[in-house]
Amino acid sequence: MHPVLRTVIQRLGLGVITLFFVSCIIFFSMLLLPGNFAYAILGQSATPDTVAAFEHEVGLDKPAITRYGEWISGVVRGDFGKSYADYGSPKPRSVAQLIAPRLWNTLFLAAMTAIIAVPLAVGMGLLAALYRNTPFDRIVNALTLTTISFPEFFVAYILMLFLAVKFPIFHSLSNVSPDTPFGERILRCALPALTLTLVIVAHMMRMTRAAIINLLASPYIEMAQLKGATRTEVILHHALPNAWAPIVNVITFNLAYLIVGVVVVEVVYVYPGIGQLMVDSVSSRNIPVVQACALIFAATYILLNLFADIISIITNPRLLHPR
Amino acid sequence: MSAGANKGPAAVGQVRARRTFLDRAWRGLKTAPPTAWFGMIVILGYFILALGAPWISPYGQAQVFDTPYSPAFYEAGWDPHFLLGTDQLGRDMLTRLIYGARNTIGIAIATTLLSFFIGGSLGILAAILRGWFEQLLSRLVDILMAIPSLIFSLMLLSIFGSNIPNIIFIIAVLDATRVFRLARAVAMNVVVMDYVEAAQLRGERLGWVMRREILPNILPPLVAEFGLRFCFVFLTIASLSFLGVGIQPPTADWGSMVRENATLITYGSITPLLPAGAIALLTVAVNFVVDWFLHKTSGLRDEH
Repeated sequence: MHPVLRTVIQRLGLGVITLFFVSCIIFFSMLLLPGNFAYAILGQSATPDTVAAFEHEVGLDKPAITRYGEWISGVVRGDFGKSYADYGSPKPRSVAQLIAPRLWNTLFLAAMTAIIAVPLAVGMGLLAALYRNTPFDRIVNALTLTTISFPEFFVAYILMLFLAVKFPIFHSLSNVSPDTPFGERILRCALPALTLTLVIVAHMMRMTRAAIINLLASPYIEMAQLKGATRTEVILHHALPNAWAPIVNVITFNLAYLIVGVVVVEVVYVYPGIGQLMVDSVSSRNIPVVQACALIFAATYILLNLFADIISIITNPRLLHPR
Repeated sequence: MSAGANKGPAAVGQVRARRTFLDRAWRGLKTAPPTAWFGMIVILGYFILALGAPWISPYGQAQVFDTPYSPAFYEAGWDPHFLLGTDQLGRDMLTRLIYGARNTIGIAIATTLLSFFIGGSLGILAAILRGWFEQLLSRLVDILMAIPSLIFSLMLLSIFGSNIPNIIFIIAVLDATRVFRLARAVAMNVVVMDYVEAAQLRGERLGWVMRREILPNILPPLVAEFGLRFCFVFLTIASLSFLGVGIQPPTADWGSMVRENATLITYGSITPLLPAGAIALLTVAVNFVVDWFLHKTSGLRDEH
């Protein structure tokens, strides 16, 4: 078997194992809940009968292993169980019903951010590497170090204050619904996307710059310089092809970071995404929804990192041409 | 640096006294870039505020006045009683900002210390013991790190409920994974040294070897990491409080203050930005200092 294929398959297997353990952690940490779980949901005044009915309804009377089996086999088929929020109502909503439209919203926001942020960050990183140790590089460096240190909600509120309140260009709240037209949706998502862009561009840019500068220390770059290649040529033709692996790593790492940022930003702009759903469910202790959101976030995170690994294996010329 | 070494003709011929710790610290400080100075001054200011909160602040942190959103401040722009106005319940903003320094920074430092205690001791232990102990811990850390930590802490808080000990413990454990990796990696290089073996051969206890032989030799990277982890923990706690699942009222805390006053921003008031800015300023300051420290200890230069 080709060594690249073998490594890729190994990584995929490792990813599946990680996902399995993560799902175990997410599911079984619920068992750590101190005290009686039903009372936490129904309130202290619940009668033993209602508690028993509730436990039977959500399957808490079965052993944990059985419940995990049922949960995970449902998850694989896209069924995350029932939400606790409307327990007792005639038509209880399923977690999947709650999550599906919001997941789409979050993915839309993340995709929009990625489309703006990735080219911007890689371009600026290249420029900073090209003009390193010039005033441009120093200013960009200090600026990015500053924005990295800002909490997301600080950036978000500053943008909201200036771009929505003082100068009403964008909407301060991003309340989209499924029938919002596409153009309107983009306009409403502009501020959250801009906030996320500012947060992740700094990371990506710094790491791109570092990756390129690292490469510039290698002998073959010196060779290129000695034979008279210009700075631009050295960076674009000699350094960049070898830097793809670290840069792709950086990009996926930051897209994974988006997952965390998205939670805070969605709450700031009241954007109906999965992050806001998770925060609401944490406050109301709606465990099935929290578990489902956590699993979706974790799975996306793991898959993105896996993807980065595989890309860096595939683009590594040393692995492509085995001796 | 060379200018400090030869102080002029008067110093020639005299035996140079050994530099004291303060002397060396001052020498290091003199070469610090302006950003690092800025960072250190800001951090010092925050500590003074945090320690002196009861004496500096004009009111108590939970003291409620009957003027919510202080009309004088928001309409006339100036209120002699409440310099920064009052919040939605009528508590003085300035007082809560000052107490916020105490609560928010205190909790973040406690969390970071706990996470370094857990992560650091397990990391050094793993480097010494190796074998199944190291394998088990490393795989566990791999799995814990596969879940984004904000998401994981949200989930754990929904299970255990939000109160300050829970927040400290949950975030410390999750953050200890990163400390563990670093401590294990740097301790690995020290464990193989002869003096560690010598200490083990003369029968020193495990705790002694960890504390007296290994810890001092891995301290510089750990100190730099402490600054970075502090920033991260601080931001995580602030985010959790902002989301409403962190530090609970009436404890004054910057993250929840942003949340409570967020609606004011739609009227063009900068009040919610003050606590958020306080958070941002501190993390920027710590980052500047850490940046300088890393640059100094690693001797890294950017040229190549």
